[in-house]
Amino acid sequence: MNPVLNAAVSILFDGLAYGMLLFIISVGLSITMGLMGFVNLAHGAFAMAGGYVTVSLMNLLGVPFLPALGGAFVIVAAVSMPIERLIYLPLYRAGELDQVLLSIGVVFMAIAGATFVWGSTPPSIRMPDFLTGQVDLGFKTFPAYRTFTIGVGMAMILALWLGFERTIIGAKIRAAVDNRAMAQAVGIDVDRLFVVTFALGSGLAAMGGGLAIEIVGLSPPFAIQYLVFFLIVVAVGGLGSIRGAFVAAIVLGIIDTAGKYLWPDGGAFFIYAAAVLLLLVKPWGLFGREQT
Amino acid sequence: MNAPDRSAPDPHGFLRGRERWRPVEALPWLIAIGAFFALPDYMILGTQVITMIIFALSLDLILGYAGIVSLGHAAYFGAGAYATGMLSAHLGWGEPISGLLFGGAVAGLVGFVSGWVLLRYHGLTLLMLTLATAIMLQELANVLEVWTGGFDGLLGMEFTPLFGLFENDLWGHAYYWYALAVLAICFLFARRLVHSAFGRTLVGIRENTRRMHAIGSPVHWRLVTVYTASATMAGLAGALFAEINAYVTLDVLSFARSGAVLIVLILGGTGRLYGAFVGATVYVILEDELAKASPEFWEFGVGLVLVLVVLFFRGGLLGGLDSAARRLKEARS
Amino acid sequence: MTPALEVRDLCRSFGALHVARNINLALAPGARQALIGPNGAGKTMLVNLITGALKPDSGAVFVRGEEITDLGQAARVKKGLARTYQINQLFRELTVLENIALSVAERRRRGANLLQPFSRNRETVDEAAQLIETLRLGDDMLKPIRELPYGRQRLVEIAITLGQRPEVLLLDEPAAGVPSTESHIILEALDALPDNIAILIIEHDMEVVFRFAEQVTVLVGGAVLVEGPPAAIAKDEGVRAVYLGEHEHG
Ligand SMILES: Nc1ncnc2c1ncn2[C@@H]1O[C@H](COP(=O)(O)OP(=O)(O)O)[C@@H](O)[C@H]1O
Ligand SMILES: [Mg+2]
Repeated sequence: MNPVLNAAVSILFDGLAYGMLLFIISVGLSITMGLMGFVNLAHGAFAMAGGYVTVSLMNLLGVPFLPALGGAFVIVAAVSMPIERLIYLPLYRAGELDQVLLSIGVVFMAIAGATFVWGSTPPSIRMPDFLTGQVDLGFKTFPAYRTFTIGVGMAMILALWLGFERTIIGAKIRAAVDNRAMAQAVGIDVDRLFVVTFALGSGLAAMGGGLAIEIVGLSPPFAIQYLVFFLIVVAVGGLGSIRGAFVAAIVLGIIDTAGKYLWPDGGAFFIYAAAVLLLLVKPWGLFGREQT
Repeated sequence: MNAPDRSAPDPHGFLRGRERWRPVEALPWLIAIGAFFALPDYMILGTQVITMIIFALSLDLILGYAGIVSLGHAAYFGAGAYATGMLSAHLGWGEPISGLLFGGAVAGLVGFVSGWVLLRYHGLTLLMLTLATAIMLQELANVLEVWTGGFDGLLGMEFTPLFGLFENDLWGHAYYWYALAVLAICFLFARRLVHSAFGRTLVGIRENTRRMHAIGSPVHWRLVTVYTASATMAGLAGALFAEINAYVTLDVLSFARSGAVLIVLILGGTGRLYGAFVGATVYVILEDELAKASPEFWEFGVGLVLVLVVLFFRGGLLGGLDSAARRLKEARS
Repeated sequence: MTPALEVRDLCRSFGALHVARNINLALAPGARQALIGPNGAGKTMLVNLITGALKPDSGAVFVRGEEITDLGQAARVKKGLARTYQINQLFRELTVLENIALSVAERRRRGANLLQPFSRNRETVDEAAQLIETLRLGDDMLKPIRELPYGRQRLVEIAITLGQRPEVLLLDEPAAGVPSTESHIILEALDALPDNIAILIIEHDMEVVFRFAEQVTVLVGGAVLVEGPPAAIAKDEGVRAVYLGEHEHG
């Protein structure tokens, strides 16, 4: 294959895998922010926690990778529910400043707690054989793990789409994101809906955190390092829009990966600049609805 | 109706009373001066406290009064620090006072331009834009390595003695007074500003932007004005930081710094100017004590305090003091 | 004579919902006009369109013959157009005095003054105190808004707008939420205004409409149904059917 084309395909592929990760982690944030308007800067902490749960399940209990990912989803989702009820609930009607501060507090505690329990050195995990090495897709071979990540991302988008379009709870969530007052008026228990959505979003983030270990690594500051990216995905995609989060995550993933290949020092600047410009032109994001 | 009537409240007297200096307002300055004589070995820490007060005070102007929530106020601190630093490192201009003013002016300009654009937005969009602005500046500083020193930081600053007389000595004595003087000027300005008609209109915007439009207030310009003033003040703090350390890294623009100043102000109490004094003193001293001894403990503690403050003590330390005093008064009467 | 306020062919819709359909309206200087119509008729929307809080899809608004359709809200205020809100829009943490003085200060273009203490604006404060007197808010002058009962807040709402010394005044249900024992304060305050001010009042209480207005416009479904003197409106069959009918059903 032509070397330029070869590099371009590699970039696209890695970017896609990275974008899928961003999507899996961010989509929950987008929905919860769209639903309750809660500015949750602690979302990355749930991803970080998921990473450590995955590591612990594998290294301490010998659970294989895939079940460990599932375990991270379930455990973090379960733990997120009481946190939501105790800490977040009182502030739904508060201003965004209070929400920002509260969730920054939660991130700090999470990072400190993780450092205390797991230390600050990045842990390593043993991947199953089928996820190491390369897979041959006919025209080119690709790293197996990234192929797998893309597959999981695709499965997630399909599952979320089916869940939102075809189930009653999905319909309720869509209705509530669209117009909370109206949803409440027709008897949807928005508060309860939010616990479920919050847990689902946290669980997905946790799974994303587990998947991310092999790609971007894991250490306690993960909770805040990538926060800006998650927020950009949410803001650029448009609050509460799954499609928006998907498009924004993939585009961001590809641009960032390309930037790192082509211009290792300067790439990030253009991402932020592009995000700012887009928000200036479309304050509600690509697929968001104007909030009044 | 202008005749003094004992039963009717007096509007002029009431408003004047608000603006009048109270004896207790001498306290921070007495403490600052007393600290110099009582704790001469801690003047470097003292200077850090003062720098943080100036920075937090600048945030109070936009957050506490005008209600602008910023997650990227370090942008202006950093702009001031780099401007002053580069002036010395590259152009060899090391006179500290003019360097400081230059840093403030550059930060003010950055604040004016970014504010003019950003302050058309509200809520989450504005929050994101402030955050992204600071990070964008940080990345820019990283890319422009030739001028900023990039990741390794900006070295090679040299500052001449203050007034040609006072060196930045090892104990930080001269710079303590320098910083205190800058704080005093910033504070006097801020105090004037919040008690002016302009300051009242800022509170009006914070309380009800819609109504401000409806009474003919040029809301955007008011916000841009206070944002510029605030950015200038943050830039002065940053410039001071650069002159004290003769070293600037990308950290001056970091999200951590934007977050820290927000925490400081919330801890002390917003919209009351003195919140910055209390918050910065408590935070910087505790950080100095705890962060080195046990960073996790410190970080966890900050997080926990933040959660507790937001859930239970929304006024911060000074707000708590206020309501305690009020309750005491009520209990007595 | 040039009308104080003129609205020409104003249209606005939200998707399929037309909140303003070809509205035409003219108020002469000194007019006392009422705007009535069932809930959801678009009365508040019309005020929003006139003051610039909402942009029309088409049509134009004039104040004293000058087109203001493209001006922002604040610029329209400077042309002499002021409004009150159906739901109070106050500065809750500020005192009654400051709420009103803020409005007066903005009108007198004091708001940009950064360094002079607010209390030095003696004329502004005197004028605010005068308004406080007019609306009988003296006892509450130094209390923050949030400590006032809703009815008293309502008076502040009106005082803030009067602080603009408007030439065209739009009142959106000024007496709604005011106890009947205090609603006369509002009417007296309005009676005390200079005669040359043009006033458009949205009001449900027909007694008030009869007492106050010389001309009544009936708005239904975003369109003007009929316009005329109160007596004629009261007799109008169409109005009875739509407006009074709806009132009986609640
Ligand atoms: N932001 C909005 N989007 C869509 N429809 C709206 C909006 N605001 C108000 N409406 C609708 O516009 C119509 C007119 O409302 P309004 O002017 O408040 O009525 P009135 O003041 O006559 O009672 C109502 O049907 C209301 O539901
Ligand atoms: Mg109405």
